[in-house]
Amino acid sequence: MKIGAPKELARGEARVALTPESAQQIQKLGHESLIESGAGVLAGFSDDAYRDVGVSVVEGADALWRDAEVVIKVREPAAEEVERLREGQTLITFFWPAQNEDNLERCRAKGATVVAMDMVPRISRAQKMDALSSTANIAGYRAVIEAGNQFGRFFTGQVTAAGKVPPAKVLIVGAGVAGLAAIGTATSLGAVVRAFDVRPEVAEQIESMGAEFLFLDFEDSQDGSGTGGYAAPSSPEFREKQLALFREQAPEVDIVITTALIPGRPAPKLWLEDMVAAMKPGSVIVDLAAEKGGNCDLTVMDERIVTDNGVIVVGYTDFPSRMATQASLLYATNIRHMLTDLTPGKDGVIVHDMDDDVIRGATVTHAGEVTFPPPPPKVKAIAAAKPKEKVKEPTPEEKKAAEHAAFLAQSKRQVGILAAGGVLMWLLGMVAPASFMQHFIVFVLACFVGFQVIWNVSHSLHTPLMAVTNAISGIVILGAIMQIGSGSGLVTLLAAISVLIASINIVGGFLVTRRMLAMFQKS
Amino acid sequence: MLQHEFVSAAAIAASILFILSLGGLSNQEKAKRAVWYGIVGMAIAVLFTAVGPLIGGYGWMIPMMLIGGLAGAWLSRKVEMTEMPQLVAALHSFVGLAAVFIGWNAELERARVMAIKAAGVSFDGLSAFASTLAHKTPAELAFLQGEVVLGVFIGAVTFTGSVVAFGKLAGRIGGKPHKLPGGHLLNAGAVALCLLLAIAYFNGAGFWTLLLLAALAFFIGWHLIMGIGGADMPVVVSMLNSYSGWAAAAIGFTLSNDLLIVTGALVGSSGAILSYIMCKAMNRNFVSVILGGFGGTQGPAAEIEGEQVAIDAAGVASALNDADSVIIVPGYGMAVAQAQNAVSDLVRKLRAAGKEVRFGIHPVAGRLPGHMNVLLAEARVPYDIVLEMDEINDDFATTDVVIVIGSNDIVNPAAQEDPASPIAGMPVLKVWESKQVFVCKRGQGTGYSGIENPLFFKDNTRMLYGDARASIDSLVGMID
Repeated sequence: MKIGAPKELARGEARVALTPESAQQIQKLGHESLIESGAGVLAGFSDDAYRDVGVSVVEGADALWRDAEVVIKVREPAAEEVERLREGQTLITFFWPAQNEDNLERCRAKGATVVAMDMVPRISRAQKMDALSSTANIAGYRAVIEAGNQFGRFFTGQVTAAGKVPPAKVLIVGAGVAGLAAIGTATSLGAVVRAFDVRPEVAEQIESMGAEFLFLDFEDSQDGSGTGGYAAPSSPEFREKQLALFREQAPEVDIVITTALIPGRPAPKLWLEDMVAAMKPGSVIVDLAAEKGGNCDLTVMDERIVTDNGVIVVGYTDFPSRMATQASLLYATNIRHMLTDLTPGKDGVIVHDMDDDVIRGATVTHAGEVTFPPPPPKVKAIAAAKPKEKVKEPTPEEKKAAEHAAFLAQSKRQVGILAAGGVLMWLLGMVAPASFMQHFIVFVLACFVGFQVIWNVSHSLHTPLMAVTNAISGIVILGAIMQIGSGSGLVTLLAAISVLIASINIVGGFLVTRRMLAMFQKS
Repeated sequence: MLQHEFVSAAAIAASILFILSLGGLSNQEKAKRAVWYGIVGMAIAVLFTAVGPLIGGYGWMIPMMLIGGLAGAWLSRKVEMTEMPQLVAALHSFVGLAAVFIGWNAELERARVMAIKAAGVSFDGLSAFASTLAHKTPAELAFLQGEVVLGVFIGAVTFTGSVVAFGKLAGRIGGKPHKLPGGHLLNAGAVALCLLLAIAYFNGAGFWTLLLLAALAFFIGWHLIMGIGGADMPVVVSMLNSYSGWAAAAIGFTLSNDLLIVTGALVGSSGAILSYIMCKAMNRNFVSVILGGFGGTQGPAAEIEGEQVAIDAAGVASALNDADSVIIVPGYGMAVAQAQNAVSDLVRKLRAAGKEVRFGIHPVAGRLPGHMNVLLAEARVPYDIVLEMDEINDDFATTDVVIVIGSNDIVNPAAQEDPASPIAGMPVLKVWESKQVFVCKRGQGTGYSGIENPLFFKDNTRMLYGDARASIDSLVGMID
């Protein structure tokens, strides 16, 4: 099949759906690849770069749409592009079918198959083609960079000869992919980062990125697992509490990055006018939800404004396009993975398997029919969060009582053992001769010392410990030495053998211990 | 010739040096000094006893010491670090055998002294031991007989037990538990017979009773250890270590020698504590280990879903290249494959690339307490990155990659998750909490305990099949 990427028509769009790198991978699947001349220039890929890897460069959009059997794009198709579609052609792109019903109908009428990259279901298997996540990742990163650009201070706190600089305080609202990427970027720049999300199960992710999770104690918290991992609208009571929390934060934070989106709805208003007014002059708000109306009251789409009290509100919507090279590389890889799934035989033949959860979910028109919305996926995106059990802290009195009881029990046991031991010794003393008792006391004391000493031996030295004890248990040689001078031949012989093997033990044991210990070394 | 007082002073010095020597093993640096305490203590003990009063037979003693010393030195130089368990077991058997011989000698000498006493001849020209005997009261002599029985019995069990343990560890006897028909009844019967023989001996039945008793004890030692499987060897070896100590202490009583008693007691308690630690690490009762084999399962083990997914070295290498933190969990399989040097190379490369690499050691990994530590030390892995289970178990959750090399039961999540599992409750290394686990394994078999390991079926586990050394070696080349 011929896979072709045209030049994007949308104004300011610098991305491209095919990169030289992804083209090579697509060719491995048995496809041919085409690109419209100049399509990659804004993303940093010249026509020659494509030619070098065997992509045919086509002059003009008409020629491309005519030649390509599968067209891959970034932005939803413009009217003139829909006109160029033909029956049997496949279009893979961001499509936003819910917002673009007219477009959808026209594509259906053309008889083309449309695969919407924004409709890829959120299941583990489809992560590699989740273009929304890769785009959001870039947006999150770029939002922090953009904020840094507007912000007049360092991110990281410093103590310099020229004075002390406090670290910038960053608040991230919404910890989706973009939010988490923003947290990661801001923390690595050295800022103090706080983050909020309506889904309590993401607290762990937020903390793992090094930010502080602003906890909202509310009984009826959302469980994001039912909605494919996305947030749902919240109740008015919850919203009030949330706003109160933000109001508290507003005077403190220097940079606010809002990323709160609810699928298929306008963005919730979370950063109200009075909060902006409460912020310090020079503070920056980056609103990543600007395209959907913005989380901040004052956001103007695609513009940077400065409020009366000197707060900068950034409402750009083209963050991915501002990093066109990176964004194209990631998006092209997502597209390439989608093509891999569509080409199961790796033989250049596209098989549109509508039983496949991922392909079914992403396909919005197929064989002359609108196939949107898809049936709900069979697999949940993330497991339901289990409510955390609260362990009751014992009061100081209870703790004391428990400790005291444990102490008493231990004393009782020890006294018991000592008493039993004493009785045993006494009984033994009744029958045993005095000399034996002397030795026995030595024996008991030695056992005691042994137990005390050995408990302190480090685990890693257990093998050397065995070798040393082995060597010193060769002390039986003393017994043999005392017997070897006997008049009896048999006794002498046995004693001599004992001396021999005990010597092996002593020398062997000590030397091998030394050898082992010499090997232990610090890094 | 030195006086008795001098010898006693030397004995006190030697005892203290031995205690310092064991106490010094609390950390690696002190340990290097501690071993010298032991050596000096032993030198003092042997020297002062040998030149003490009434010692003779130098013509035998000195050559034997020299030959034995040379043999020991040769042995210690030749032995591979992976063969440490065998060596330790073999050395235990020597102590056991010596204890048996000395016990027999004690009886022979006792009989001789009694005969001399009865004949009323003078005591001149007796050995040091015989002359002590001559001055003993009848009650003391009766106790002496009891001590001899104990010394011979423990010594004999230690001897054959250690020989069998040596055979199993060296792979000359199969690792599977073997028992004669009758099992532990046979052992119990042998012990009962020993008791009868001992009673006969107390009543003056003569030297043959001791010979027979030793023979029965040899049988018990052999049969007992034959019935214990290969993976329980850490417990067995430390138990035999303990026995060799008790045997020495019993001989010390026989000879009325405090130094022997003290040293024997130190060694005995050391072995006992090691056995206890090992048992605890396997969540098993000491008695059940000694009585051999795993007990029956309490119920059917939970079914395991999923499949083992294999991966090649290149896949592991790319994950390692991406990882920031790596934990390696070695087991007996690493020792078998002699992979420790390859592992060390891998660690050096990863550390050079700025990654945090650590080792997690389970207390019963390997066939000897502390076995893995010694192997890694031999391969020049710095000991401060080799951590115990308790130190590292909470860190798995924040680790990128865990490599499990030749261990199985010590990383089995069933021990914690499945109450019906035969190893339920055993503390294990929680490797599955990390982001990615790679298991180096020869094939798809089960571990020593014969139970499936759900770890191998987890989503974040990949199996790297093949010889551990070859696998790790090929990994080393791919790390950049």
